[in-house]
Amino acid sequence: MPKDGSVVRLDGQGIPLWLCLELTYRCPLACPWCSNPVDYERYGNELTTEEWKRVLHEGRELGALQLGFTGGEPMLRKDLEELVGEAHGLGYYTNLITSGIGLSEARLKALKDAGLNQIQLSIQSSDRAMNDALVGARAFDHKLQVARMIKAYGFPMVLNVPVCRQNIDLTEDILAMAEDIGVDYLELANIQYYNWAMVNRNELLPTLDQLKRAEATVQEARKRLDGKMTIYFVIPDYYEERPKTCMNGWGSIHLTIAPDGAALPCQESRVITGLEFPTVREKSLAWLWNESPTFRKFRGTDWMKEPCASCDEKEKDFGGCRCQALLLTGDAANTDPACVRSPHHSLITDAIARATDPSRQHEPLVMRRADRAELDIALEE
Amino acid sequence: MNNELANFSPQDRPVINPFYLFRWEDSQNAYVLLYPEGVVKLNDSAGEILKRCDGRTLTELTVDLQREFDADEHEVERGVQKFLEESHAKGWIRRQA
Repeated sequence: MPKDGSVVRLDGQGIPLWLCLELTYRCPLACPWCSNPVDYERYGNELTTEEWKRVLHEGRELGALQLGFTGGEPMLRKDLEELVGEAHGLGYYTNLITSGIGLSEARLKALKDAGLNQIQLSIQSSDRAMNDALVGARAFDHKLQVARMIKAYGFPMVLNVPVCRQNIDLTEDILAMAEDIGVDYLELANIQYYNWAMVNRNELLPTLDQLKRAEATVQEARKRLDGKMTIYFVIPDYYEERPKTCMNGWGSIHLTIAPDGAALPCQESRVITGLEFPTVREKSLAWLWNESPTFRKFRGTDWMKEPCASCDEKEKDFGGCRCQALLLTGDAANTDPACVRSPHHSLITDAIARATDPSRQHEPLVMRRADRAELDIALEE
Repeated sequence: MNNELANFSPQDRPVINPFYLFRWEDSQNAYVLLYPEGVVKLNDSAGEILKRCDGRTLTELTVDLQREFDADEHEVERGVQKFLEESHAKGWIRRQA
């Protein structure tokens, strides 16, 4: 995702610099904005430890440098430490992206010993009751404890807060909480509306006034905390004039491997119907990245239609997000409707008007379905 | 970190911030700095300076570079000082206590 405040220095030059492993779709939490597919239960049969190791080796051969372990909740994989150790030995910079559930001190120490470089921990609010309602579990106290433990073990830490209408007015408190923990990077990530978040868009989308207040608060904090804590603000594309430079361009630097081994240009791209997503069980990573029709389909700018094709900014944003174009306009090759130059831009402004209409009847959030048995086990640990 | 002096003095020992991973990367044919969700590909001179930010003093670092690259003393000093200040501002390096 494009972030105001972050630095992407490298043009990939055809290399998947970013390899992201979704180790599992299983998760003890039930966040109503989850980026996993709404039908995630269809994709069973997770890759084995040996299969993941093969992916790690092939990724390094392709020149991948950054490695994300994510999910679902990656802590649910008992072989996480072993995979981190393998990745570390191969020379990756290893990032763990976790809810903190299942991250005990013993496992944190084992991950440190295995060479884990960095942890991104999610927290949903500075308010316990709100946090726990948003994730559908009593998780707040544990998350805070995990945050302090991560710092005690000397990891660089990103605290990731998904920003929505419910928590955006707490930005000031969230900043204070992050400062108190001693977070190195705070990522205020405006929710991107795909999959579960799309189902709940009316309830999650903040108003423009809320956003402006939050942005002003962030600007103030950046001045105050300069050099102490870096604050990323993931761009709320519904309220921008131009689309996000999604994934730095399709098949440009980012390669995600789903739990079943499917190679994806981004974590959301399974929503695009009509594309096939072959897996690492059938093909080599090199073939999937270089040759697969799915990765070639929207690479570069040749696939573009108007108004992108003749746009002077097409090399800057690559027409925005393919998944969003499909979800909202029905054609993944259309200009991302978040762009004001898109003939479909009214789909965005109408969605904002609907979601922020004060007379609208509120609906309960549709929580991501969770395996309750697994949830109980994870929370007891 | 903002309270520290920007200028590095001859006896300062610049070291890489432990949050950054600095190493040679074959596929880029360059030194790289890796950090949470980020990659910086370094040009040759940046790589050669950072490689020497290993606990030695600024004087030792500069002398070593002059020797290895047979370069003008003042030019190296100026270049190193400027690069260290920039790196420090970006959080890549710090002074060893």
